[in-house]
Amino acid sequence: MKPANTSESTTVLDIKNLVVELQARQGSDRIIDGISLQAHAGKTLCIVGESGSGKSVTSLAVMGLLPKKSLTVTGGSIQLAGEDIRDASDRRLRQLRATTMAMIFQEPMTALNPVITVGRQIDEVLRTHTTLDARARRQHILSMMEQVRLPDVERIFFSYPHRLSGGQRQRIMIAMALILEPKLLIADEPTTALDVTTQKQILTLIRDLQKDHGTAVLFITHDMGVVAEIADQVAVMRRGQIVEQGALNDILRTPKQDYTRNLLSTVPSLIPRVARDATNAPIVLDTYGLTKVYRERSLLGGVREVAAASDVTLELQKGRTLGIVGESGSGKSTLARCIMRLIDPSAGGIRLAGHEISFLSRRLLQPHRKRIQMIFQDPYRSLNPRLTVGETIAEGPVNYGTPHKTALVRARELLKLVDLPADAITRYPHQFSGGQRQRIAIARALAMDPDVLVADEAVSALDVSVQAQVLQLLDELQTRLGIALLFITHDLRVAAQICDDVMVMQHGRIVEQGPAGEILTHPKQAYTRQLLEAAPGRDWDFANFRPTVATVQ
Amino acid sequence: MAVEPFTDSAIPLQVPAGSRLKFLASGPIVTAATVCLTLVVASAILAPWLSPHDPVQLAPSLRLKPPSAEFVLGTDAYGRDLLSRILYGGRISLLIGIGSAVISIAIGLAIGLVSGFFKWVDAIVMRVMDGLMAIPSILLAIAVISLSGASLKTVLVAIVIPEIPRVVRLVRSVVLSAREEPYVEAAIAMGSSLPKILWRHLMPNTIAPLIVQGTYICASAILTEAILSFLGAGISPETPTWGNIMAEGRAFFQLRPSLIFWPGLMLSIAILSINLIGDATRDALDPRMKQREGGK
Repeated sequence: MKPANTSESTTVLDIKNLVVELQARQGSDRIIDGISLQAHAGKTLCIVGESGSGKSVTSLAVMGLLPKKSLTVTGGSIQLAGEDIRDASDRRLRQLRATTMAMIFQEPMTALNPVITVGRQIDEVLRTHTTLDARARRQHILSMMEQVRLPDVERIFFSYPHRLSGGQRQRIMIAMALILEPKLLIADEPTTALDVTTQKQILTLIRDLQKDHGTAVLFITHDMGVVAEIADQVAVMRRGQIVEQGALNDILRTPKQDYTRNLLSTVPSLIPRVARDATNAPIVLDTYGLTKVYRERSLLGGVREVAAASDVTLELQKGRTLGIVGESGSGKSTLARCIMRLIDPSAGGIRLAGHEISFLSRRLLQPHRKRIQMIFQDPYRSLNPRLTVGETIAEGPVNYGTPHKTALVRARELLKLVDLPADAITRYPHQFSGGQRQRIAIARALAMDPDVLVADEAVSALDVSVQAQVLQLLDELQTRLGIALLFITHDLRVAAQICDDVMVMQHGRIVEQGPAGEILTHPKQAYTRQLLEAAPGRDWDFANFRPTVATVQ
Repeated sequence: MAVEPFTDSAIPLQVPAGSRLKFLASGPIVTAATVCLTLVVASAILAPWLSPHDPVQLAPSLRLKPPSAEFVLGTDAYGRDLLSRILYGGRISLLIGIGSAVISIAIGLAIGLVSGFFKWVDAIVMRVMDGLMAIPSILLAIAVISLSGASLKTVLVAIVIPEIPRVVRLVRSVVLSAREEPYVEAAIAMGSSLPKILWRHLMPNTIAPLIVQGTYICASAILTEAILSFLGAGISPETPTWGNIMAEGRAFFQLRPSLIFWPGLMLSIAILSINLIGDATRDALDPRMKQREGGK
């Protein structure tokens, strides 16, 4: 292993006045508008920004991977270890991409070839760019796999990507990226698709490897928590420009620009909000022993049973919010779909205001449907693209006998309630942004006058500032209309800000449940503690521009 | 938590849907196909006014005349004017093409929607469809026609039956993926009735692929009708269709090749145009195909 180059001044990447334009209309659309950045050996530069800020385009420009016919670099320079990328030929770029710079992506499954073993995929890099013989290459790969802390490397060497977990795949990507000891590693949202505990491990790994190898890291993320964990330098981007850049501490403690300050203050705090007072309000939703078992038939006729949710018992009072927290595969979405009766539970019961609904037929269920409504994760898929907003919102009430005209009048009122202009009623979903669409989805749910609202990762697909607006809207509506909210999320920060009570799930079972204030500050179970510790940036109180005073014990 | 109020009411207005048929003039080949098909269809519709002679009137004294001022394309073995017969023949051929496309899509759409949505219906219906697809379509058509006699109606039925499974499979696959969409689940949660979910939320997804499939069915139905007539299993020989004219001309091919050439040419032009327009429609409806061409 080479000794790390500790000299501060070694600039690996030097971007000056970079301009990237849409080729179709020259001069009119600047995707990147004159940005300057520097990445130093052994340091991490984080580019943080909301969707559409141009952070990914910047990384693609550095890699020379901009889509040829639509985006072009029209100004400025990109110096990589003293060589201008803009002058490099395609052949030279290919060489540079392996030996001097490397990239890891958000989704490790699509970045790996599914029909080739991971060992051979790493080997390919070595075969093309080195003259090592087969044995030496293998030795080298196995030692690299050990460095990225993969267990049982001999077995994984011969595994296909689908046999590995998301975290393991990302480790393979990192091994592949670092095997030729590049000077620059570009990581584009490498942990966004991973669970928090895995994310924590990958972030630590990148940090450690960077120290050992002296690599410069250009880390792209939308998550301020991740920034606080990994960055040395931070650049805040917005609409293709750099709003502010500086050392991590300066940005987090004393942001100079309003935009940065706003961005930081919208990061929800991990410290739970004050819960609503306990009341004797009636229970609107409860489940007992709710279980959903999936049967998998194998090729030989054997049946394997997988319990996606088992023995879930919960109670939800009018006007309160119960958060269901867990990592992917914990069964929280299965639970929500069972409660909505979109899938049929295998055992146990669901009661809406005391009425058992778990085994009602389609017809008998009809009158109960309107009591419980759902908001989905992806606002781009939860609205029918071919119906106007008005038709979408009016559909539910019309199903229950409201005349079409009355329903449309009501739709206008609802749009006002969720802070959208009333003339939105004649428009189609594609004319709205993600946050606006989520407001429409909320209006659609409210049109039914439900007692219970089930929100399945309802803010996870939104930018953090939009997320804050939607959360606030939900909170207001709840106070005003007395709706009970079942809020499903993987994000502990969001849970801390909106929930009165929290239920932690793992492998389909409830690990722990109780008041949010207690669970999120003094967890009793090891798993809950592990989740909390993995939450990125938990040492920072972003909204108050200072480190957290009381850390979670 | 400081939150800016929602102020962005400058939502961009809808892109004018204006010229959805623009793609028909997108390239020289597609334009030519559109013009050709329009001419063929127009000539068939206007056949009673365009034709110089009665297409079925026999005139034994005028058998197999070469082209002349009176008979522009000559006459056939029974002394009937070839041009008039081709113009009238287009009516039946195109009627069968368009008719079978519309009927098979209507029936296939209904079956496909239901079987895509209900698992237990699906299991039964798809086995029946598999069975239908296993029978060679020409053989099936000949069997149907010999059992119930040749007429426009039976030929239509004979052509439509083997096309239905293809439409059902297409619709079913679209429904299978669309029913997983959250907006469909939202409709279920809102208590929408089944017909409403099928028609309002699922059916619109099938329109684009069905338009394309329709053009192919149309072309292949015209061809199948011609084959059936040529084999003598189609509509009775005195009714002019392109296939019938060619079948009758076969015996005199060496003497008068024009008896096969002209109806064959019309048939080829019609089918080529329909297929080209079908391809263009598919490309216009599927943005990914455009990108593959290099993002023009």
